[in-house]
Amino acid sequence: MAGAVEHDYHILPPSPWPFFAGIAALVWGLGMVVFFTGLVPRSGDGAMMEFFFARGLDTIQGRDGSGGGWIILLIGTLMAAYVMYGWWRDVAAESARGEHTPVIDLGLRYGMIMFIMQEAMFFVGWFWMFFELGLFHKFRAGWNPDILENPESYASWPPPSIETVDPWHLPLMNTLILLLSGTTVTWGHHALVHGDRKGAKWGIGLTVALGVLFLAVMAYEYTHLFHYRLEDGMNGTFWLSTNVYGSAFFMATGFHGLHVLIGAIFLFAMWARLMNGGMSPEKHFGLEAAAWYWHFVDVVWLFLFAFIYVAFV
Amino acid sequence: MVAIPGADIPVVHTPADDKPGFWARWFYSTNHKDIGILYLIFGIFSGLLGGFLSFMMRMELATPGIDVFSSEHTYLVFVTMHGLIMIFFMVMPALIGGFGNYFLPIMIGAPDMAFPRMNNLSFWLLPVALICLLISFFVPGAAEGNGFGGAWVMYPPLSTTGSPGPAFDFIIIGLLAAGFSSIFGAINFITTILNMRAPGMTMHKMPLFAWAMLVTAFLLLLALPVLAAALFMLLTDRIEGGTAFFDPARGGDPQMFQHLFWFFGHPEVYIMILPAFGIVSHIVSTFSKKPIFGYLGMAYAMVAIGVVGFVVWAHHMYTVGMDVNVKAYFVLATLVIAVPTGVKVFSWLATMWGGSIRFTVPMLWAIGFIILFVVGGVTGVMLANAGVTTYLHDTYYVVAHFHYVLSMGAVFGIFAGWYYWYGKMFGHHYNGFLARLHFWLFFIGVNVIFFPQHFLGLNSMPRRYIDYPVEFEFWNMVSSWGAWITLASVAVFFVVLIEAFLMRNKRRVGNNYWGEGATTLEWTISSPPPYHQFSVLPRIDAGDSDPHEEVDEAYARREGDSA
Repeated sequence: MAGAVEHDYHILPPSPWPFFAGIAALVWGLGMVVFFTGLVPRSGDGAMMEFFFARGLDTIQGRDGSGGGWIILLIGTLMAAYVMYGWWRDVAAESARGEHTPVIDLGLRYGMIMFIMQEAMFFVGWFWMFFELGLFHKFRAGWNPDILENPESYASWPPPSIETVDPWHLPLMNTLILLLSGTTVTWGHHALVHGDRKGAKWGIGLTVALGVLFLAVMAYEYTHLFHYRLEDGMNGTFWLSTNVYGSAFFMATGFHGLHVLIGAIFLFAMWARLMNGGMSPEKHFGLEAAAWYWHFVDVVWLFLFAFIYVAFV
Repeated sequence: MVAIPGADIPVVHTPADDKPGFWARWFYSTNHKDIGILYLIFGIFSGLLGGFLSFMMRMELATPGIDVFSSEHTYLVFVTMHGLIMIFFMVMPALIGGFGNYFLPIMIGAPDMAFPRMNNLSFWLLPVALICLLISFFVPGAAEGNGFGGAWVMYPPLSTTGSPGPAFDFIIIGLLAAGFSSIFGAINFITTILNMRAPGMTMHKMPLFAWAMLVTAFLLLLALPVLAAALFMLLTDRIEGGTAFFDPARGGDPQMFQHLFWFFGHPEVYIMILPAFGIVSHIVSTFSKKPIFGYLGMAYAMVAIGVVGFVVWAHHMYTVGMDVNVKAYFVLATLVIAVPTGVKVFSWLATMWGGSIRFTVPMLWAIGFIILFVVGGVTGVMLANAGVTTYLHDTYYVVAHFHYVLSMGAVFGIFAGWYYWYGKMFGHHYNGFLARLHFWLFFIGVNVIFFPQHFLGLNSMPRRYIDYPVEFEFWNMVSSWGAWITLASVAVFFVVLIEAFLMRNKRRVGNNYWGEGATTLEWTISSPPPYHQFSVLPRIDAGDSDPHEEVDEAYARREGDSA
């Protein structure tokens, strides 16, 4: 049998997507820099220069800002979205043609496990920061008052001037929403395994809806916090720039929210494939990977809820 | 380490061997060997760039006074970018992306990497990252001028309020892109190793380079996301009206950045050296005509280095005011790493012991690696002690230490691999005399650069200063002479490349041009390998048979066939 390929691995033809993903990343990165810092100082004039001003958080914080950073960022994001669509469309088509042998299927599983491991380490970074701030605040309170404006206010954690979020209202509801979505995604998966495509569509569709609901509740909580933030630095809720508690709170929960969004889009894509007649009871690793990812963001939320909301009230 | 009889594995040419056109082949590639070559070219380019920066630094430091650079800030920008470019864009792409991509699948008997498209994404994110770093040279950084001059460690407040301009934001974006590149690469390597070993190749028969890549990939996978989190904290801290993670006035803790950074940064140094360990093991074994001494000990020493490497990070931070008990722990944990590293060094020596040693070009680089890495390792044992490092922190002693393990450890590993596998990758040989000249000039050059820096450091000359008192002049001058010698050796390296290219048709090499000692799978296939190797997977014999016997049998069989 000279000349024949006698292994089960997948030898792929050249693909344009990775190269264009690099281009998209470059555009997106440029957009990030212009958006957050700006390429030119604000003192420069001219419409051309103004395009490269920083806009950053000024707009949502009610300060005047003009700049084109968000346009570049949007172009980069759209390019990345198109690349991802094309890339994964190719993968789905290869799977549908039966090119994914059992050994490739196993490889995809290894890959997804590794991907979730690195995501977990990313959150380790944010939790580490939070625990350092929450557990060793007394050391910072003892720092030189020249660098710490009001050291006594960091003698307890969270800083006493700010009003933290009551964990037993919206956060508890979000916990229940995510836990419920964990059951619906399992429902959808098992329905597909047992050949009940209608149940699978309902299960996955409901999971996406619950994910969107979670994000909506989170957005409501954020706007509320922003509205009642410490305007005079004395009393009220907090914002990410108020002090380090706000920073740790918003960045940790915010990055979790971003991952919920990614997971919801992932599940939505699987739902769309289901609706188009894709996936079979035997071969549906995309859906399984989405479910794994969804459980991962669920677990991260439980840690956030336990430590950031409940433990340090 | 399994011996594979060379001749009886068929090299099959399939229609898939037809190479795609130029653009599709090099830009849309899904072939691990082509991507490996791209990585190596990228590494050479970045090496020249980073080398230029360091050469300019040495010229400035040759004599006291400020005479080459126009401003101190520009000098600091060069220091910073030299570090970032050499680490992220030279050593890592060459060792992990280049040799890892090219040889790992072949060594474990796989036709390609597990995720060929993602492999190409890993590569193309690197030019993107390098472009971001190059832009950062030319956009406003601190008030003093363009570029970011806060050192590769990027400590706040130098990297937050100290450099308000976009230069540092470009570095953040570039490092995030490079980080994603490495994470995707790590996922790819781990999956390839766990899932695609040839039938019969158990984990304990895997070549040591594959073990090195496995440990390296796990370090990348677990360390880089923490750096990504720290970089995002810097990014949002830098925004007007942004976060306060590292701003003490709002309760933030700048020291936390150092913890997050070095939790990544320490595994990073093993990420850079472990693949070199793997390459050197093969070379020492090949040119001693002996299987590597203590194969399992070698493999698990690397695993131990990887594991312990995660719990020693604060030895980079002895002077930040940590509790003495914390320091005591980090001293102890750091010294523990000397044990598995010693296992490796003594196993290399024991492999050579009683062997029939050939001093070929790659063997010279490998022996150079062992000698110089031990020098760097011994100064590392000294620096592990918190009491000593209180005085040596941020002096040229530290600079000398990490250049002995990197610019002589990792870089000697890269050149050793380059000269070991050059014929395999390109199908022809280089000129042995010129390659030896390259080795000796480089060996002398880097030693002349960095050995005097030990003396400067012990005399408390601080790092990252553009100027110094006249007392330090002599050894700085010597060190700068070394830069000239190293420059000459780089020139010779390019002469080697050009000469080898011109003579390519006269020095064709066969499957196994190193002969008997070279026992891994890449020596069973043609040089250069077919576009897609192993259409029929090689089978590795079961059992604990002696590799020597297998080789002998294979040779006997081959002679029988030809007779």
